Amino acid sequence: MSFHWRWDFTWEILPRLMWATVNTLIAAGAGYAIALVLGLILALAQRTGWKPLTLAVREFVEFIRSTPLVLQIFFVFYVGPQFGIRLSPWMSGMIAIGLHYSAYLSEVYRAGIDAVPRGQWEVCRALNMSVRNTYARIIIPQALPPSIAGMGNYLVGIFKDTPMLSVIGVAELMHTANAIGSESYRFLEPYTLVGLIYLAISLPTAGLVRLFEGWVRRKLGL
Amino acid sequence: MPIWEFLETYGTRLASGTLVTCAQFVLSAVIAVVIALLAGLGKLSRNRLIRAISVVYIELFRGTSLLVQLYWIFFVLPLLGITLPKFVAGFVSVGLNVGSYGAELVRGAIQSVPKGQWEAAYALSMSPAKRMRRIILPQAVVIMLPPWGNLLIELLKGTALVALISVTDLMFQARQINASTFLSAQAFGTALVLYYILARFLITPFMRWLERVMARRLGRA
Repeated sequence: MSFHWRWDFTWEILPRLMWATVNTLIAAGAGYAIALVLGLILALAQRTGWKPLTLAVREFVEFIRSTPLVLQIFFVFYVGPQFGIRLSPWMSGMIAIGLHYSAYLSEVYRAGIDAVPRGQWEVCRALNMSVRNTYARIIIPQALPPSIAGMGNYLVGIFKDTPMLSVIGVAELMHTANAIGSESYRFLEPYTLVGLIYLAISLPTAGLVRLFEGWVRRKLGL
Repeated sequence: MPIWEFLETYGTRLASGTLVTCAQFVLSAVIAVVIALLAGLGKLSRNRLIRAISVVYIELFRGTSLLVQLYWIFFVLPLLGITLPKFVAGFVSVGLNVGSYGAELVRGAIQSVPKGQWEAAYALSMSPAKRMRRIILPQAVVIMLPPWGNLLIELLKGTALVALISVTDLMFQARQINASTFLSAQAFGTALVLYYILARFLITPFMRWLERVMARRLGRA
């Protein structure tokens, strides 16, 4: 162990870390896809007008949001087998991270839908539009632009939370860095590189989200 | 094993873990608040160097994961000659991480204090330090308290990660119990509920109370 940065070692481990980065991106993307869909379901479930459902979903969202993700990952991974359901690390990781962020995204959707002026709802009713049409053609297109900033933040957030998947053995960046560290007893290079890779991806993504938001606003003529 | 029997056997371990989690929470919250104030004010400073340091700190800690920062501080810093005990490394990294998010809240709140307040303080020829301390910051605090409530819950959740460098917090105890008994649902389930209780019935009411107190002190209740 020494604090001298070794470039030859850096070049040696960089390809491995790059492959792990691909895995990290897949994990973040898949988790985000689950969260987008599930979040919409959670948000719409709170708008059915049936009080018990609304309250149950609200409490569920609060619960997910105020407990640690890493604990939820362990929960999903270990509790399944206790009842005879075996999930691979990847599967349970995706379920846990998707579920966790769906709670956050449902709040983003909810705020977006609430921000649509009441008049828009009334007009839809006056035009005798079906509930489905009201949401699909009038409400959601208007709820989308103000939601994009929040959705983008959680995209970056989910990316930054993927290292937690290493605790159940998903072979993403952190897991690979740990493996390299314990094989070679060198921690300086792998951990620093992992940090740099995270920076190199999350900072531009945050910028891209802002550009995308402007683009959607223009597309929808807002 | 039924849940009450489980709690009877392992309750003390979970309770001691909860205490460690609370200690980590309080210590890292102190660090987060102090550093958020420093970096938030630093980002608004007229001095270029101070501004640059604040921006680099904020982007560095917001751009990478807490887990990466934790491992870096715990495994790499000793190579550079700074060895922190795991308990300290834990709350320092959580505090630094959350502080970078808090810095943006501080900056935003200070900037959203109405312009007239700045001008009035200037007209009364207050020094910049006095203006910040007596006029701007008290109003900024009221503005930023609600988002700080959310941030403190994120901080509580962040402290669960210190278990991965074997600080014996609630998360750590739950993992240990799970490893020795395979009672996963009970161990992790109880830990989840305990975290929920801490967040929902301690932190949130405390922040609500603080919001009321601060509003009243500004005569806005």
